Amino acid sequence: MIRINNFIIPLFSLIIFCLLWELLVWYNNWPNYKMASPSDLWPAFWKFKHLFLIYGWETFWRTVVGLILSVLVGLSLGILMGFSKTIRIGLYPILVGFNAIPKATVVPVIALIFVGMHNMNTIIIVILISFFPICVSISIGLSTLEREYEDILLSLGANKFEIFYKIALPKTLPEFFGALKVSTTLAFIGTNLMEIIEPHGKGLGHLFDSGKISADYPLMFAVLITLAVMGIFLYYIVVYLENIFAGWAIRK
Amino acid sequence: MHINIEKVSHQYETKQGMLPVLKDLSLSIKRKGFTAIVGPSGCGKSTITRLVSGLIKPTQGSIFISNKKITSPLSTVGMAFQNPVLLEWRNVIKNIILPLEIVSKNMTYNQKRSNALDLLKLVGLEEFENNLPSELSGGMKQRVSLCRSLVHSPEVLILDEPFAALDAFTKEDLWDVMHKLKKERDFTCILITHDLREAVYLADQVIVLSGRPASLQYDVKTNFNEEKKLSDLYSSEVSQLLATLRNQIEIAQNKND
Repeated sequence: MIRINNFIIPLFSLIIFCLLWELLVWYNNWPNYKMASPSDLWPAFWKFKHLFLIYGWETFWRTVVGLILSVLVGLSLGILMGFSKTIRIGLYPILVGFNAIPKATVVPVIALIFVGMHNMNTIIIVILISFFPICVSISIGLSTLEREYEDILLSLGANKFEIFYKIALPKTLPEFFGALKVSTTLAFIGTNLMEIIEPHGKGLGHLFDSGKISADYPLMFAVLITLAVMGIFLYYIVVYLENIFAGWAIRK
Repeated sequence: MHINIEKVSHQYETKQGMLPVLKDLSLSIKRKGFTAIVGPSGCGKSTITRLVSGLIKPTQGSIFISNKKITSPLSTVGMAFQNPVLLEWRNVIKNIILPLEIVSKNMTYNQKRSNALDLLKLVGLEEFENNLPSELSGGMKQRVSLCRSLVHSPEVLILDEPFAALDAFTKEDLWDVMHKLKKERDFTCILITHDLREAVYLADQVIVLSGRPASLQYDVKTNFNEEKKLSDLYSSEVSQLLATLRNQIEIAQNKND
């Protein structure tokens, strides 16, 4: 029953959202170049269904690869910063500075450094935009481990590594998954930034750009909705993994 | 294993300079003894537990367990704190076997589990083997924590106010659990507490520390009965003893001011 509810309730709220949207456009009598309504989207989507498949896949796999790599980068930096105060103090200003730079300005720089390597460029932008929340949450989780947790193992002569994988890492998992959810949605922003700003004719960002050039507004909206759907899909994969690895922390 | 604390002084580095917490503290705890340490708040009682377990080294003086000077943590020591610090992602049995994963690496899982189950039965929680800590009450968590501190059969058990956060009735239940554990698994025990009744009921020796920097102020034997019962706590003999201890604490607090 709970499982069905978990599916029915979000679906229901989605339908209500679309109805309200449709009503808003209909009531204001907006033309589709001002705002497309949900009923405009399906024809736009259907007209370009092959492109949506090809470009959608390109956007999707690059986002996922970028996300996996940003988990690796975020985890490694977070672990280093969690355990060494020197590294933490040393790296924070650089990382915060990096994160404060608008990624849209980094896109051309990356594109120039690795000319023509579009997949790699896109993945690098994804990593740059999504590693930060993971890195911060892991380093905070590890550096705020209560002393008693360490004491129960240290008093038995355990080494740092044993404390890390038996206590510190599992204890930090809920924070990690919280950050991963944020990073997942950020990752799509990363992919599309690269695809829209540096047109290489790849991904949904490119399709969005084509919609803009040909003044096909329903197409642009259809791309945005596709991105939202992919984001939701990836988010629920993270929720699924969270249930497996950190299910103990979720209140039933 | 008898424990000797010899002329131990200890100080911590703080922003305001060095903070001395222990000064020339000497005391000895006999083999298989049960010693309670009481004293004013913040007088350095928990420092003693960290010193005896080898987690920190004293600034001056030395601590001996069975005439061997402690320089690093020993696997023959078990610890339990006010916070049960159970690992929330492990069920009860896996929480208890944690110390065995460090000190008895080549023991099979079944052996570890049966060691843990023996203790769980002693504290009356055998049906909760597979529950997660979040499904247990405060008193049950503390029972599990006690099992964990004893699973590797330590010769010294260090308890740092393990019952302080429990309600009065749960506390009394756990005192009896403690009596049972002490009888079944004979170990030398140091108990840090703020509760004089607890000290008198559980320990055979009560030590009162002076205010910070702490040194030995009062040392008394509490063998008022062969087998202590809760009702003994209301006898005139014990009331007398509690009054004396109460008075000693007040003296210690004044010194602190």
